[in-house]
Amino acid sequence: MHWVRTRGRATAPYGLGLAAVLVIPPLLNIIPGVAPGYVLYLVSLALIYAVVAIGLGILVGHTGQISLGHAGFFAIGAYASALLTLRLGFPFVVAVLVAGSVSAAIGFLLGLPALRLSGPYLAVATLGFGLAIPQLVVWQSSWTGGSSGLHGLPLASLPLGAFTIVFRTDQDYYYLAAAVLIVLTIFARNVVTSHTGRAFVAIRDSEIAARAMGVDLVRYKTTAFALSALYAGIAGALYAHLLHGISPEDFTVLLSVDFLTMIVLGGLGSIGGALSGALLLTFLQNALTRLPVVHDFKNLYIVVLGVILILTIAFFPQGLAGIARNSRLRWATRTLDRPAGAGQIVELGERSGVR
Amino acid sequence: MLSVTPDILTDLPWGQLLVNGLALGSLYALTAFGIVLIFKTTRVITFAQGETAMFSTFVAFTLLTAFQLPFAVAFLLTMLFAGLFGALIERVVIRRISTTTVLNPVIVTVGLSLILLGAAGWIWGYEIRTFPDPVVGPPYHLGTVVVSQLNALIFVVTLVLMTVLFAFFRFSPTGIAMRAVAENRMAAQLMGISIGRMNALGWGMGAVTGMLIAPINYLDPSMMGDVALKAFAAAVVGGLTSLPGAVVGGLLLGIVDSVVGFEVPELRNTIAFALIVLVLVVRPGGLLGRHETKKV
Repeated sequence: MHWVRTRGRATAPYGLGLAAVLVIPPLLNIIPGVAPGYVLYLVSLALIYAVVAIGLGILVGHTGQISLGHAGFFAIGAYASALLTLRLGFPFVVAVLVAGSVSAAIGFLLGLPALRLSGPYLAVATLGFGLAIPQLVVWQSSWTGGSSGLHGLPLASLPLGAFTIVFRTDQDYYYLAAAVLIVLTIFARNVVTSHTGRAFVAIRDSEIAARAMGVDLVRYKTTAFALSALYAGIAGALYAHLLHGISPEDFTVLLSVDFLTMIVLGGLGSIGGALSGALLLTFLQNALTRLPVVHDFKNLYIVVLGVILILTIAFFPQGLAGIARNSRLRWATRTLDRPAGAGQIVELGERSGVR
Repeated sequence: MLSVTPDILTDLPWGQLLVNGLALGSLYALTAFGIVLIFKTTRVITFAQGETAMFSTFVAFTLLTAFQLPFAVAFLLTMLFAGLFGALIERVVIRRISTTTVLNPVIVTVGLSLILLGAAGWIWGYEIRTFPDPVVGPPYHLGTVVVSQLNALIFVVTLVLMTVLFAFFRFSPTGIAMRAVAENRMAAQLMGISIGRMNALGWGMGAVTGMLIAPINYLDPSMMGDVALKAFAAAVVGGLTSLPGAVVGGLLLGIVDSVVGFEVPELRNTIAFALIVLVLVVRPGGLLGRHETKKV
């Protein structure tokens, strides 16, 4: 009986996720008063952000290395794919893969100084990195288009043997973003449950202990950076082709903070948390713009973001994932007529999460 | 690419760039000083320092324009406000968060800075305002170098503040108590020393910087973004645990900034970032800081 439950728990979210992906488009056509195209565009954006959040989660949540500059990797991916398709005529798929690799390579390079930096020092260094990338883009305006950006990106397409799928509508692109997210979610789950993932967690919990156990810090820290940058790079490439155009203003420090808020809100060290945090925050941002009473949306959003960060750390340090885990444990232990014992189990559940 | 040929090197107005750089560096040093003070007492590196300074500067602006107070009075009132405000932040937010992970303080102070940014935008709006000049008059000439009245004021204020602070930390009982806090927080607390006061001083410093930067950079909610990054860089380059380090780091960064800004203005932040990484890779504890060995 035990194995059935654990198997069910591991696969059920994936089944639900897949079902949601397939059900959303037809559902939107039924609901009156919504523009399905716009909603699907918004969902695609949320899914793309979720890719970044999962990658950032591996770095921050699992490995314990903070980054306040992930918008930089996102920008690198976006610009790499935009330049490759526009200037060199690369096919979309190749451009996305190269963009991801370029971003991963830069992530690896940033991981090298990060070996010697920890905590606040690393936060400052990554913050600087995130600020530097848009500046470099503006500086090299002859081929990056400077502050006006790059526009008119070609449609995304996928060659399959004899014929090619072209992603023309918002719905097509939504399926593409969902497919990429699903693949990368499964990949991330496999990474964090493998020996690599355990090495990441060991580094997070105590670098000295991890080293004493034979974990190669150089290898695993740079791997975590590269992996996380790979996710952000691929997401950036998808973002560029979703909008068909990018400019340096899209990649501010605020975006890096958005990404961090997603994983903090969702729960550090949880892939499902990163995913739900990204979806929730993107929709929240959009919902706030629609409030009729708010004239000054930007300020409200910034304040809300700050409040979310502080309240989450103060009251739910494990985020949405922690809340879900606790209620699941409470539900599982509801029949036990031992309140004290039940309480202990809940506490154990909390402890097994991120410290 | 950055092409520094000998030709350009001799053509640069070095004296002027040095003076401008030192003025800018003084501002970075003041902000960095606040960051280091807070870090030393609470082990929290505040990503909200720039925003609290901005917020205080808006308070000063309101005092100056709506209440028509003289600059010196507004200056002192604002410092008082910033100190109280900082103490409030420390009591309500910083003290409550657990510092068992390094992530928590970073996340919380980032959150704090967002709230302040949004609130300032809300209260005062995003239009760019000119902050009243604290001093007016013709600039001073030292040979070919021009020193504006404002830059002169910045030098004087920085010099006076630094001298007062160094004397304070060296000779006054409170200052020595504060150093004890920085040295060993728990032992100091057990001796009955208040940690909050040193924090208030750290936050108060930010207000001074804001009021001196606003006349140069204009006044708007995002005015401190750049300065805060440079101040971080300065604090980190000098060593987060060293107060003189913050000053050295600030002045160094100001000069680099002024020279780079003259040559390739687009790359000012990039160079600052490269400098942080470079210094930290060579000396992980900063130029004058101690590298802390981690305890198991």
